[in-house]
Amino acid sequence: MKNVLEFLEKTAPVCGDKTAFSDGEESLSFAELAHLSRAGGSALIAGGLKNEPVAVFMKKAPKTIAAFFAVLYAGCYYVPLDASMPLYRLQMILERLSPRAVICDEASRNLAEKLSPEGSVMNASELFAADENAAALAAVRAKCIDTDPAYIVFTSGSTGVPKGVTGCHRALIDYANALCPVIGADEESVFAMQVPLYVDACMKELLSVIKCGSTAYLMQQSMFLSPIKAVEFLNEHRVNTLCWVASALTIISGLGAFEDIKPQYMRTVCFGSEVFPVKQLQLWQSACPGARFINLYGPTEATGMSFYYVVDRDFSDGEPIPVGRPFDNTGFMLLREDDTEAASGETGEICIRGTALTHGYFDDPERTAAAFTQNPLNKHYPELIYRTGDLGRLNERGELVFVSRKDHQIKNMGHRVELGEIEACADGCEGVVRSCCMFDKQKGRLLMFYMGTADEKTLGKYLRSMLPRYMLPSKIKRLDALPLLENGKIDRNSLKDMEI
Amino acid sequence: MEEILDILNGLGLDADFEHCTTLIDDGILESLDIVTIIAELSDAFDITIPARDIVPENFNSAEAMLNMVNRLLDE
Repeated sequence: MKNVLEFLEKTAPVCGDKTAFSDGEESLSFAELAHLSRAGGSALIAGGLKNEPVAVFMKKAPKTIAAFFAVLYAGCYYVPLDASMPLYRLQMILERLSPRAVICDEASRNLAEKLSPEGSVMNASELFAADENAAALAAVRAKCIDTDPAYIVFTSGSTGVPKGVTGCHRALIDYANALCPVIGADEESVFAMQVPLYVDACMKELLSVIKCGSTAYLMQQSMFLSPIKAVEFLNEHRVNTLCWVASALTIISGLGAFEDIKPQYMRTVCFGSEVFPVKQLQLWQSACPGARFINLYGPTEATGMSFYYVVDRDFSDGEPIPVGRPFDNTGFMLLREDDTEAASGETGEICIRGTALTHGYFDDPERTAAAFTQNPLNKHYPELIYRTGDLGRLNERGELVFVSRKDHQIKNMGHRVELGEIEACADGCEGVVRSCCMFDKQKGRLLMFYMGTADEKTLGKYLRSMLPRYMLPSKIKRLDALPLLENGKIDRNSLKDMEI
Repeated sequence: MEEILDILNGLGLDADFEHCTTLIDDGILESLDIVTIIAELSDAFDITIPARDIVPENFNSAEAMLNMVNRLLDE
C-alpha cells in the first residue's frame, strides 16, 4: 500500500450507500464520496496540476473532504484553509504557497478571489461535475510514491509566522493502521467531529471513515453555544465515538449539561491536544459509564497522535493523566539538555522517531533543521528524530507522563519549577476549571491565571497548602475565560501582556 | 440592563451590544464568549444559569439576556 486513497478504494465498494460524512443537513455516502473525489481529481489533472500544493478553502462540510481527496487523486497535496482563520494568517499562507489552484465553495468565493493569485480560484461544484477519467487517474497513481506529500497544515510558530507542516501518504497509512485498533474504529463507529478540518487532528475521523467504514458527523462550532443541543446532536445521530480537544469536552461538562441530558451511545471518548482536568474527566465518566476514555498525545510534526493511554484507574484532582505509550511502529526517547538519554523517571525532551515523522515545514529549511535532527543516540547512519519541545518522564508504571513545555520550565529562587505542575495543582482546587501559570522573568515572580467560580483567596490558600514555598504564585488572577489559540490551547502570549 | 451592557462591553469586541439582536446568529459571540458571559452574569446577579438556558435565543441580544436573568431571579 502506498497511497492513502487505497483505503477509500477498498472500503467504498463494500459500504456503498452507507453515510461516510454528514453535517446533519448534507450527507455523502461512500459511493458518492468516491465518485466526487475521482471526478474532482480528473478535473484537476485536466487543469494541468501535478505534485503541487492545492489550497482547499471551504467551509466545514462533507464536500470539503471530497475536495481533499480530489486533490490527492490528482497527485497533489491539499492545504486546508478556513474563512474563520484570521485574515492576516490566510494572506500569509497564500502568499507563502502561491498555489496555482484554490478550491472554494459559494461561501468562500469572494474572499478566495481577493486573497488568491490571479486565475487560481476554482469552484468545487464545477470540479465535482466533471466526468471521471479513469485512464488519467491511473496514470497519475502509477507515478505516485508513498513519501509524496498528502497535505500541509499550518501551525502557529512562536515567531508569529505560521509553519506549514508537510505530511506524506506513508505516515498517514502508518497512523491509520496504528490508531484505528486503539480507538476501536470499525463499521459500527459513529463519530462527531468537533475539530476543524484545517488541523491534522481531523485525521482521526477521516482515516477511520475511509479505512474502517465508520460514519462521521461534522459539528459546527456554533453547536457548542448550547451544551444541551450538542449532546442532543450526539444522541440524535447515535454517536458513539468522540475525539475532541479537552476544552470542548469541558464546555459540555463544565456548564452542567449532564444534569439534564447524557450521551446515550458512547463507547469511546478520546481527549487530547491539552491537559484534561481530572474533575471534568470524572464528570464525563459518570455520564458515560460504559465508555472507554483515552488520552491522546502527539505533535502535528509526527502526523497526528503519537501516544495513547486508555484510562484504567482513578485519578485524584491535580494528578496528571499519563499520555501512556507510543502507537505501534512509533519510537521515542527522552533526551536531556546534553542530548544523552534521560534515566528512568528523569524528565527529558520527548523526541519521536519513525515513519510517523512528517517532512517538516514547507519552504522553511531553517526551522525544519532545528526541530528535525539526527538522532544523537545513533552515530552510524542518518536517522531523523523530531524534537517536540515537550518535556516528559516515565512514571513507575512505565507510562509516559507529559510534564510541561520545554520553554515553561523556569527557575524560581534557585529551584527548578515546572509551570505545568503548578497548573495541575490549581486545577485540583474546588471551583477551578482551568489554570495557566506564567513566569514574569523581569520581576522573577510566578503569576497564576485561572477560570472558574473559586475566588482568588480560596485558590491562594489551597495552593499554599499543596505546594512548596518556591512554587507559589505571587499574584493570582481570576479570568472569566482563559484566552485560547485556535487549536484550543491556552494563548500564553496574550496572557503575558495582561495587567495583573 | 446597564450591568449587562457593562459585561458585554467588557468583552473587548467591536459590536453595538445595545441594539444588536443577532449576536449569536451573526457570529459576534462565540462559545467561549458565552462561557465568559455566563460566569459574569452568575456573579453579578448571584444566579445559577442552568445548562437548559444556555441556548442561542437567550444570548442573541442584551435584552434576551436581561429577560433570562429576570426570569431566573423570579424562580
